[in-house]
Amino acid sequence: MDRAHFLISLLNGLSIGLLLFMLASGLTLIFSMMGVLNFAHASFYMLGAYVGYALTRASGSFWLALVFAPLLVGLAGAAFERFVLRRVHRFGHVPELLVTFGLSYIVLELVQLVWGRAALDFQPPTVLRDALFTLIQSPNVMAFAWGDASAQCAAQQGSTCTTFPRFRAFGMAVALGMLLALWLLFSRTRTGLVVQAALKHPRTVEALGHNVPRLFMLVFAGGTALAALAGVIGGALRVTEPGMAANVGAAIFALIVIGGLGSLAGAFIASLALGLMESFAVGSDRSLADLLAWAGLQASALPFGAAVWGIKLSQVAAILPFVLLVAMLVLRPKGLLGARED
Amino acid sequence: MTIHWARRIGCAASLAGTAVLAPCIAFAQAGERVRIAFIDPLSGPFANIGQNQLKSWQYSIEQFNQRNAAGVRFEVVPFDNKASPQESLNNLKSVIDQGIRYVVQGNGSGAAAALIDGVGKHNERNPGKELVYVNYAAVDPELTNGKCSFWHFRMDADTSMKMEALTSFMQDQAALKRVYLINQNYAHGQQVSRYFRETIGRKRPDVQVVGDDLHPLGQVKDFAPFVAKIKASGADAVVTGNWGQDLTLLIKAAKEAGLNADFYTYYAMTSGVPTAMAAGVGGKVRAVAIGHNEHPGMLKWQGGFKRQFNDDWYTPQTYNTMVMLSEAMARARSTEPLKVAQVMSGLRFTGFAGEVEMRKADHQLQQPVYITEWRKADAKAPYSVENTGFNFRELKSIAAYVSSTPTSCQMKRPA
Repeated sequence: MDRAHFLISLLNGLSIGLLLFMLASGLTLIFSMMGVLNFAHASFYMLGAYVGYALTRASGSFWLALVFAPLLVGLAGAAFERFVLRRVHRFGHVPELLVTFGLSYIVLELVQLVWGRAALDFQPPTVLRDALFTLIQSPNVMAFAWGDASAQCAAQQGSTCTTFPRFRAFGMAVALGMLLALWLLFSRTRTGLVVQAALKHPRTVEALGHNVPRLFMLVFAGGTALAALAGVIGGALRVTEPGMAANVGAAIFALIVIGGLGSLAGAFIASLALGLMESFAVGSDRSLADLLAWAGLQASALPFGAAVWGIKLSQVAAILPFVLLVAMLVLRPKGLLGARED
Repeated sequence: MTIHWARRIGCAASLAGTAVLAPCIAFAQAGERVRIAFIDPLSGPFANIGQNQLKSWQYSIEQFNQRNAAGVRFEVVPFDNKASPQESLNNLKSVIDQGIRYVVQGNGSGAAAALIDGVGKHNERNPGKELVYVNYAAVDPELTNGKCSFWHFRMDADTSMKMEALTSFMQDQAALKRVYLINQNYAHGQQVSRYFRETIGRKRPDVQVVGDDLHPLGQVKDFAPFVAKIKASGADAVVTGNWGQDLTLLIKAAKEAGLNADFYTYYAMTSGVPTAMAAGVGGKVRAVAIGHNEHPGMLKWQGGFKRQFNDDWYTPQTYNTMVMLSEAMARARSTEPLKVAQVMSGLRFTGFAGEVEMRKADHQLQQPVYITEWRKADAKAPYSVENTGFNFRELKSIAAYVSSTPTSCQMKRPA
């Protein structure tokens, strides 16, 4: 693997990971609060993409959509918490879980009713469509140039140029900005402290005179707004279609379990790990046979599993998060940084 | 455009001697209603293609209902198989329950194999209630070889034929040195990879295959890691059988990473891909297909389709199927699937691209194949695909006898 390929794979992995983190952060916050998983979380991600698309179309400005789509979806999330979840809360965890499960179906059908079943043409804004920088890999050295340096590269014999799109970098910046904002909110503001306290000891906080149900509504709205923000970025970066919720849904559940339920820091580490794993696994043609060969064994000499040994890592990239999930549950059920022992 | 069927209405030349004896209107089948079940993805990542092709069928049927050789009235009944073989079989049960006797399907060789099997079993157990299955786009060669069936008729050129055509074009590309294969991990994608390696090894042994990736069907949402890998391999061409979103997202990611390779595709004309390509592709995009935007046989219908739906008619197999069905029904003087299938087996008819033959041995349509290139529209070729200002133009036409490949099919025919 040459340096340019390594760097690009690293950046791709980080961008996939940061997008996952935007989703997982809200999910894990809501989990800390409700004590159950919000099955509809990925649906809010999808809703963010669709509302973002509709706002971009209506106003002609992606930036407006980037600000208002999360706000609108956050409001919808607040309404859902206030009028549905809060009523169901007193019946226990299972009804809460089921109601979010039901919501995910309703959102999916609504989205298909309003926007149809086909993928939408949701593009990043024009200023972010070009290349941010170019990596020029000659046989021995790697050079760096801002912007699109393909022309310069074509002149040099034997070198390959890889551009990194601005929008991908922008998505990473938004995720990092969000991480910083969350950290400041929780560690530096009074609201953040009260929320943190309310997540752990709601009764005590209520006794101290804080409106805990309202705090919960705010956390739920905030979590869904973050998911919607991820949706606007993810929808334009990848594809806006009704399958997008199901596609990330499974991955983020695996992710927050690996990171440790309720832990933001754990979710962050797990997101980056899964993103990097996906990026590097796809780029690798290694198989179990290579591992055996390294250990001095000949795969073809083994009596069984001929089909399994030869499978390339790139072919199983999609299931690796779940392999990691199972391994984590077996070895360390509370996850990387999870606090809960039950 | 040379539409012969219009002149051939009722008792046409194709009916030869018999037509003289019986007045056309007295045909037993004339005026009958023939329902055709359309089983393809209408939701999920491939919904846009299914929706487009459903419209293509509706459009073709509408045209043929004005006039067709058999004088019957066709009707299409859509079923959503969500691109899944299992769902296709559930759909097939509903089709049978509703008494529909003709099935068309195209998207996905996995679903096609399930339907061949399902239709075969049903026909064996229910003599007199047989179904005919017309496969208009699933191209796994196995379907007309190891898995071939009397009840299955394939209207598209299969992967072995398309690869024969594609490599006969690629072998003349002197600059071609390093090829990267990226395909969906199921029957069709695996066959594209296999047949490419086989044929290019025969025609241009110096061409190196620098990568061969199989990825899950319709699951990859971010192709950037794959493109980084293609880039690092130093490939100057990418060969892919990907379709729908899997091709759209691949092209999008390739553009973003500044990949300069040429793309040799099967399905660059399918919904969504042209729009992605209009944003720019590093190299050239070529597609192997049985038609293209400047094909004289397609001009009139693609224009009419565009006016009616503001969409592109890239499935001319729908036209050929309607010619084949109505001619066979006219000759069989019946809409009974068994009789119609017996006529269709070995039938020669005039499709949109001239005379074609439904080969008796394996029910694979023998037809010309074209290598086309994605280019900017101009005065000579004004058609605009997905209103992008680009279209597909012919680079090379490969006659039916060249693209034809042998079959190992041992067909069991009904007595």
